[in-house]
Amino acid sequence: MLEQDWVFGFFGGLLIGAGGVVYLLFNGRILGASGVVGGLADATGWNTWAERLSFIAGLIAVPYALTLLWVRPDTHLTESWPTLVVAGILVGFGARLANGCTSGHGVCGISRLSYRGIVATAIYLLAGALTMMVFRHYLGVI
Amino acid sequence: MRNFYALVAGSLFGAGLFTSGMTDTSKVQGWLDLFGDWDPTLAFVLTGAILPMAIAWRFAARRKSTVLGNSFPPSSANELSRGLVIGSFIFGAGWALSGLCPGPAMASLTYNGTGGLIFTAAMLAGMALARYAKPLLVSPVQIFT
Repeated sequence: MLEQDWVFGFFGGLLIGAGGVVYLLFNGRILGASGVVGGLADATGWNTWAERLSFIAGLIAVPYALTLLWVRPDTHLTESWPTLVVAGILVGFGARLANGCTSGHGVCGISRLSYRGIVATAIYLLAGALTMMVFRHYLGVI
Repeated sequence: MRNFYALVAGSLFGAGLFTSGMTDTSKVQGWLDLFGDWDPTLAFVLTGAILPMAIAWRFAARRKSTVLGNSFPPSSANELSRGLVIGSFIFGAGWALSGLCPGPAMASLTYNGTGGLIFTAAMLAGMALARYAKPLLVSPVQIFT
């Protein structure tokens, strides 16, 4: 049975892909969330700050508009501050070290059949599954 | 014009992350939870996102420059760097712990409470730190002499 969440997932995915198409075919850039914001965070991309901030403005404003017009989704985010801080540092540090995250290596890399993108995706999925196994099922902390 | 199309791309990306349910951390953690109550939604999202991108890459391969006249990104390198392997592993662990990655973290900033702000601030700090860790990994470290 095709669940409603899967249908929304697929159509949402098409929109994510459409964003990547625009960024590639017009701006000549690979859509990677960690790349766009990371260049601002570590000062390496300050020469293209306007393009980066424009992207981020759309990325934040459109979901906000949708919460007003459509529905305000429950994000089920953990309330544990230590978990949030540790996870945030790991996500930011790891994505920049790897030169990409779920959007850059995952969506753009796999669709390009990029060896690096496919390997990176396999590694972070493996790390994610191991983390869930240890921290949810063994330690029971997330 | 670059800024305008960046705004369009970011808007579509944000609309997609919102619609697909990827700002709900329980769906992301559910996808990674192979040994628990597994949630396959992320596979549908990834499939939906890859389809238009795969077409765009084929289109890009046949053109010399973008619609705006810029050059396309250089072809992807074939060798794996140490940073790619180690970084991806670290990223995956943080992704599972929180259920957030950089795109959804920013997309949900206005409705993710204080926790979303804390995560994003920590993420930006991690990104800034990585700049200084990268050179250590790029120059080969001799472990066995």
